[in-house]
Amino acid sequence: MILGRRDVLEVRRLCKAFSGLKAVDDAALDVRAGEIVALIGPNGAGKTTLFACIAGFHKPDSGVVRLDGADITGRAPHRICAAGMVRTFQITQPFATISVRENIMVGAYARTSDRDAAAARAEAIARQVGMGAQLDRRGADLTVAGRKRLELARALATGPRLLLLDEVMAGLNPTEIGEIVEVIRAIRTGGVTILLIEHVMQAVTSLAERVYVLNQGRVIAEGTPAQVAADAGVVEAYLGHGAAARLGGAHA
Amino acid sequence: MSRRGQALLAAGLVLALLYPLLVRAAGAAGLPLSPNYLINTGMLICFTAFLGQSWNVAGGFAGLTSFGHVVFFGTGAYAMAILQVSHGWNPWLAWPVAAVAGAGVGWLIGALAFRAGLKGSYFALITLAFAEVFRILANSVPFTRGGLGLLVKADPRPANLQFRDPIWFYYLALGLCVLALLIAWRLTRTRFGARLVAIRENEDAARALGIDVYAEKVKVLVLSGAMAGAGGAFYVQKYLYVDPWIAFGVDKSVEMLLVSMVGGAGTIAGPLIGAAALTAINEVTRMLASVVPALKNVQPLSLIVYGAMLILIVARLPHGLASLFGRRHDHPVIPSAARDLPRTTHRASGRGRSLAALGMTEGAAGDRPHDPGEAGRA
Ligand SMILES: Nc1ncnc2c1ncn2[C@@H]1O[C@H](COP(=O)(O)OP(=O)(O)O)[C@@H](O)[C@H]1O
Ligand SMILES: [Mg+2]
Repeated sequence: MILGRRDVLEVRRLCKAFSGLKAVDDAALDVRAGEIVALIGPNGAGKTTLFACIAGFHKPDSGVVRLDGADITGRAPHRICAAGMVRTFQITQPFATISVRENIMVGAYARTSDRDAAAARAEAIARQVGMGAQLDRRGADLTVAGRKRLELARALATGPRLLLLDEVMAGLNPTEIGEIVEVIRAIRTGGVTILLIEHVMQAVTSLAERVYVLNQGRVIAEGTPAQVAADAGVVEAYLGHGAAARLGGAHA
Repeated sequence: MSRRGQALLAAGLVLALLYPLLVRAAGAAGLPLSPNYLINTGMLICFTAFLGQSWNVAGGFAGLTSFGHVVFFGTGAYAMAILQVSHGWNPWLAWPVAAVAGAGVGWLIGALAFRAGLKGSYFALITLAFAEVFRILANSVPFTRGGLGLLVKADPRPANLQFRDPIWFYYLALGLCVLALLIAWRLTRTRFGARLVAIRENEDAARALGIDVYAEKVKVLVLSGAMAGAGGAFYVQKYLYVDPWIAFGVDKSVEMLLVSMVGGAGTIAGPLIGAAALTAINEVTRMLASVVPALKNVQPLSLIVYGAMLILIVARLPHGLASLFGRRHDHPVIPSAARDLPRTTHRASGRGRSLAALGMTEGAAGDRPHDPGEAGRA
């Protein structure tokens, strides 16, 4: 617990099932102002579904989501965005036929209706995420790395206090990961709190103060990256039953 | 707008304003075509472009493809006719009311369809269904006089919005066409327009970025309905007659959609280019059929040429004729394909990444999972 920092996001007892399958099962987490928190877990653990519930894309079956203390459970995404929280998509969703500048401007229009102001903001943010040279490219013509950056840039352009990033490093090479880690760090320094889903552990370790581990919809561990990596339950979640014991000898 | 665009627009506008005077001068100098015929053809191009633009703001910019856009046109036409014939309104006053009626139907259909989450072909079919229902209603309710239609009394006076000289309808249609171009141009410059394009391209991303998708869609359908309603009213003043088929027949819906698609959906000039192309085809084929005896029996020759042209454009110029001019601000419509594709591909690499997540292997980064969203669009 870091004293004196208020919770930006509080999730309590959140459940979401898809035709019987409990994708998120009684999940709870907190994100405090200024933190970078990671959400990890094997594929299919329910991370993306949890994000979707938090950001208003799925209506949770039960549970509460609070943003800055206000109950936003089940609110529409555009209202949640206006309240200062925005998500990105694991499967990138660029606006394909318009330019990078115009893509980011859509985000910037969340805070201004003025076209010149939106364009200026889009350009500044493009530079911030390293897309300054690609402003006139069409969304459809970007590489994987470009699309991931665009997801980040558009979300950032909405001026959030809390940014939910869903695997923005998946599919990137080590150089690109290094760059995006720096970008994310700078965004936090700029005052944005970040909750990120990530598989790339180097990035998690270097960025996140705290980590939540989700498995089969449940939070099975929480702590610093080192604490979590040493947790037997976490190792088993990833590698199967008994793995912790087998690995124990080699790694202890 | 680019300097070139401005110059083009100014030149086009001057030409369009002088056009009736030029053809009359040419007629006096012995041009074989009747000047009034040419003026009427020009009026048709402008009017068709205006109706096409009404489809385009919703279908082209926002991706709300409608198969029944005539429902707004017909509502405006009937509002115009009924207010004059049954209630003795002055047409100048009835005209804005007709636009409001079209807007109201836009709001109604939008509220119903979008609240129910109807998209894509479902939305297209619901608009078609509305148009058909309105046609059947117009055929059966008393105040439309059913299949007989409504005849507006001819009384050509400007105060009556009726003119003996076709030049005035030409200028009215030109005004509508310019207004429509300005509306489309505004859409390329404003937050509202940017949001429409975002919704067309990817609704989920649009929602995530703070766009009230439902409200924006209803708004643009109201705008589009108002335009088509005003168009229907214009039609009534020009031809002084409306019946259920004229007002709500499917062929007008097709025409509105076609001029946008042929010209370039989601572009400023697309509907105008499409309207010019289709009107020209119409007139040329009609002339050909009257001159070449062999073509006399191939009756709707224009439809055959339309069809062939549409196939050619879909195959060769999917962004319409406007793409021949390569304008920067145009936003051609491409159906945004792959959304949530099967997740199997990125799951396949799950184990490698999971190990990496625990810091137990190196090279997690080198493992390049295949994001199906990317692959789908590549
Ligand atoms: N829209 C959906 N409909 C049905 N099942 C879903 C849907 N979204 C996710 N799931 C299922 O929920 C589980 C959790 O998925 P997801 O949240 O994507 O996991 P993660 O992001 O941790 O990989 C998986 O079993 C997935 O197949
Ligand atoms: Mg996921």
